[in-house]
Amino acid sequence: MLLKSNLQKWSGLLFAVILLLLLMCVSIVYGYTDTTWKMAIDAFTSFDGSNEHLIIQTVRLPRALIAAAVGASLAIAGVLLQTITKNPLAAPEIFGINAGAGFAVVITVTLFSLSNLQIFTWISFLGAAVSFLLVYIIGSIGRDGLTPMKLTLAGAAMSAMFASMTQGFLVINETALEQVLFWLAGSVSGRKLETLLSVLPYLIVGWGLALLISNKLNVLSMGEDVAKGLGLKTGMLKIWSGLIIVLLSGGAVAVAGPIAFIGIVIPHITRAVVGIDHRWVIPFSALFGGMLLLIADTASRFIIMPQEVPVGVMTAVIGTPFFVYIARKGFNK
Amino acid sequence: MNTNQAISTKQLTLSYGDTTIINELDLEIPKGEITVFIGGNGCGKSTLLRSIARLLKPKSGAVLLDGEAIAKLSTKDVARKMAILPQSPSAPEGLTVLQLVKQGRYPYQTWLKQWTSEDEEKVNNALEATGLMKLKDRAVDSLSGGQRQRAWIAMTLAQDTDTILLDEPTTYLDMTHQIEILDLLFELNEKEQRTIVMVLHDLNLACRYAHNVVAIKDQKIYAQGKPEVVINCSLVKNVFEMECEVTVDPLFGTPLCIPYGKGRCILKQERLSRNG
Repeated sequence: MLLKSNLQKWSGLLFAVILLLLLMCVSIVYGYTDTTWKMAIDAFTSFDGSNEHLIIQTVRLPRALIAAAVGASLAIAGVLLQTITKNPLAAPEIFGINAGAGFAVVITVTLFSLSNLQIFTWISFLGAAVSFLLVYIIGSIGRDGLTPMKLTLAGAAMSAMFASMTQGFLVINETALEQVLFWLAGSVSGRKLETLLSVLPYLIVGWGLALLISNKLNVLSMGEDVAKGLGLKTGMLKIWSGLIIVLLSGGAVAVAGPIAFIGIVIPHITRAVVGIDHRWVIPFSALFGGMLLLIADTASRFIIMPQEVPVGVMTAVIGTPFFVYIARKGFNK
Repeated sequence: MNTNQAISTKQLTLSYGDTTIINELDLEIPKGEITVFIGGNGCGKSTLLRSIARLLKPKSGAVLLDGEAIAKLSTKDVARKMAILPQSPSAPEGLTVLQLVKQGRYPYQTWLKQWTSEDEEKVNNALEATGLMKLKDRAVDSLSGGQRQRAWIAMTLAQDTDTILLDEPTTYLDMTHQIEILDLLFELNEKEQRTIVMVLHDLNLACRYAHNVVAIKDQKIYAQGKPEVVINCSLVKNVFEMECEVTVDPLFGTPLCIPYGKGRCILKQERLSRNG
């Protein structure tokens, strides 16, 4: 644990907020179109309608805001899932959320020939929610209620089912493949600010609720029996957590498509920095998640210029080595 | 309502699926005493303890705490009256002793009242009583088995309840630490008159520390009472399916059970045999 005292943690939090804002500025200023810091400031203070100003306002700003919001939401969803399932490798993508959203989008494109991003937003939100609820319900069937093992197995099964059905549909319908491929790789570019604004209320509610239940998550992490003995309504907490996970990861996938690894990696990095108290882990994860996605998205513009690498690929590239590292280290911090 | 009973069960039936574990059990656990559940593996003694602690819903019947049906009380109210230490609990990695013990105050916290000086005091008392003050900033997973178990007991003490339930608190501990833990619980009972209910595997330790033993066999109570009254050869034979001699502990005067069976016999007298 890097930050020990409460003073250190509060200072760390402030520093992280500043760093996140700085990364958002970097993401606004640097890209394929040559822009400067002065142009970026002018674009908001004295807009002149130039191409650069337009790009900054309508392309780069939404992109930075979306990256920050989506990264934060995925990270918090990952923390919640890892605590509830007691599975250090848990993340939204292994509980069928991304696969469900992807399937819903592909169905919409192939059956109804709709390919508008705004419609994708709601369809994928719906798909994510339905898929995760199915996983939650299947994981709760049986005498002992929702157990980490059953939940994880249900998630793996549903993910596999939705992913293979998605592939099946795409193989049959090549036009759909072209339309949804970029979406399926996950990206924060080409989205309008309205897309973010339409799901932002859900994300904000999710962030707030996650902070509210953070102390209860600490109690749950001591084990189901101990938590019940201490008077925690564990079943209720799991229902609330499920709702928050749907809001956050459903909202994230709706805006940016399936982006993997943030939900797995960020909670581990955060715990190494601030320890295991969820009252700190949740806000720090949010900030770190936002940062990682901003970095991945900004970097994705420069790797094969003038083309962009989908950000979902970037997070995987950054995340995989880390994933192997924690798996090998046996999670000893 | 009888105030001498800390806990009682009324027609309590427990089952896993279709298998009945405990059948229509009426049990009374006296206040301010140490009660130990004994019985063979799988006889349902842990299941009974878990059900008393509301970790397991009964199929029918009720558990009463101070005369009130536990199912009708709010779970936080119950947590302020009765603490449970499950079998082999595991703390999240990196959790410190102090953080662990502080969780014992969860039942007293509300949205408005997060942490008070009373909470602080109870936590310090619990650390003091278990001798963990110096180790409070150590990670629980870095402690020895005995220290770790003391830390968990400290958490239940911070809960500040009249009754403490413990499911095999000495499992996986060596003899020194078994005695250390049981001495600690005995002292808590002596000094603060806390009601202690636990499951123990070691019959001789049960006889030494318990005021009251409950022997469970075939979904029912086989016998209940003071160890010196109820523990004898026929009880051990029927409850544990083991032939033994019950003698008197030379140090404590409590019953001491010595099993028959094989082993090196270096006494001059005739070799002990199954037939005595």
